[in-house]
Amino acid sequence: MEAAMGLMRRIPPKHSEAALSALLSLLPHHSADLLSQVDQPLQVLCDVDSGKEFILCEYNRDADSYRSPWSNKYHPPLDDGLYPSQELRKLEMEANDVFTVYCDQYYEGGTSSVYIWENEDEDGSRTADGRRGYLEEGSWEAIHVIEVVPLDEATARYCLTSSVMLSLTTNDESSGAFNLSGSIRRQMNMDIPVDEGHLCNMGRMVEEMESKLRYSLDQVYFGKTKEMICTLRPPSELVQTSLPEQINK
Amino acid sequence: MSDEEETQPTDDQKIEIAKWFLLNAPAGEIQYIAKDMKAVLQDETLYTTAAAVAFPLYNKSHMICLDFPDRSGEVMVTPFSEIGENEYVDPRTAQVAVVDHVNQVCRRARPANDEELPTPYIEEYRYALDIEVTKYVSEAYPKGICSVYCVNGKDVEEPGMDFDLVVVISAARLNPQNFCNGSWRSIWNVEFKDEAQFVEVRGTLQVGAHYFEEGNVQLDAKHECKDSTMLMSPEDSAHSVTTIIRHHETEYLNSLQTSYSKLPDATFKDLRRKLPVTRTLFPWHNAAQFSLRRDIQKSLGLEKK
Repeated sequence: MEAAMGLMRRIPPKHSEAALSALLSLLPHHSADLLSQVDQPLQVLCDVDSGKEFILCEYNRDADSYRSPWSNKYHPPLDDGLYPSQELRKLEMEANDVFTVYCDQYYEGGTSSVYIWENEDEDGSRTADGRRGYLEEGSWEAIHVIEVVPLDEATARYCLTSSVMLSLTTNDESSGAFNLSGSIRRQMNMDIPVDEGHLCNMGRMVEEMESKLRYSLDQVYFGKTKEMICTLRPPSELVQTSLPEQINK
Repeated sequence: MSDEEETQPTDDQKIEIAKWFLLNAPAGEIQYIAKDMKAVLQDETLYTTAAAVAFPLYNKSHMICLDFPDRSGEVMVTPFSEIGENEYVDPRTAQVAVVDHVNQVCRRARPANDEELPTPYIEEYRYALDIEVTKYVSEAYPKGICSVYCVNGKDVEEPGMDFDLVVVISAARLNPQNFCNGSWRSIWNVEFKDEAQFVEVRGTLQVGAHYFEEGNVQLDAKHECKDSTMLMSPEDSAHSVTTIIRHHETEYLNSLQTSYSKLPDATFKDLRRKLPVTRTLFPWHNAAQFSLRRDIQKSLGLEKK
């Protein structure tokens, strides 16, 4: 399993779907682990009842159907799919409404979906998918999984694991094909009093995490890879040239 | 996806999968992928079959550089220097290396025989270009290697016929402890057209970078360009061609840097703002009010799109 994760870390991100498929076929016994630990580009489906879009991911999947957070129905319909409890469903609906506004505020478009389920302890998950294109193609996808464990009457522990997948592609005359993509993962744990409600606490953590990730993506994506290129071939200003001919554009 | 059917892939399919993983390894990482692949496959025979096919392709595509056993020089493993199965010629030292692809080492070297090397006439051009390019590479690349091969017309003995040379430049920066690797590969096809007294130069530049601390971020960029110059004496042609190469490669690097500087402002801002329009963090406890306001705004058509 560790070897499989090692492979996923090295394969070009644009091939990650193919790589995951291949690994699933080679290691069927580890499929649950693989699916939950490997981030895949998110897809979106339209809820038949509300006409709103929702995100497809591991957390709302049962067999080959996906549960919509708007109508709580499986698409395509499933006879005995898993559903959250009444209480969790209430929280889930509220969360989806709030996160839609959040998504709007930060992404000015895009889609977000929240799924909550019970898993020994209480788990919450939210996925937000913002798609925007300024270049030929660019996309930002974020998955946050929060595990909520009540510690006592007044406090709960929140363990947040977030991954952001970013993909930027350009293809033009002067610079040729340029593709920068990949994902990073971070974790954050906090113990917070529950007086303002779980949603508030989770929301704040997600917001803080996303901002951190955005910043480090800037540093990582742009910073490190650009640094690497300049190390490979330093820009001409730094290079001592003896030939008088130089670019005169 | 459905857990009922245990469709185990066939041996052939497993080999194809292993080959695919190996071939897609970023620069300098194939041995790591090899180790992980062996663990996942759990089958020595299948892995060996896949590796035997994948490694040569990978090595040639990445133009890896191997030392001769006696340290007399280096040989580059490329499609252009391949003269036999696992045999690669190094025109500079006039030797042929026998290469073990899977272990990425040169097993033996032998002197090249006359048929494997270009004629003196061609060699003049090749040699002159080699000198110029080597000088350029040592100036422009902290750790670059290069070579010039004749890929067409190596038996041409005197003026009157066309011939082609190819310049390969490869630079790799491997820093696995810092989770960062990168590579630059350029292939320049130089066609000497005798009748038109013309030299056509076509280049393919490929740059890659991989950063994998707490994630997996990769840059994959490719660029093609072409240019031309007059056919002159070996030294003058070499000088001219190298100037062309230098010019285009520098320009490409500049345009990569421009792409990088444009991206944060353009794309990132569009994908996700640093803060909402309100310039404050999201009011989680007041979200309901926010939502109400937004609905009103929307219905009044005031929403920013």
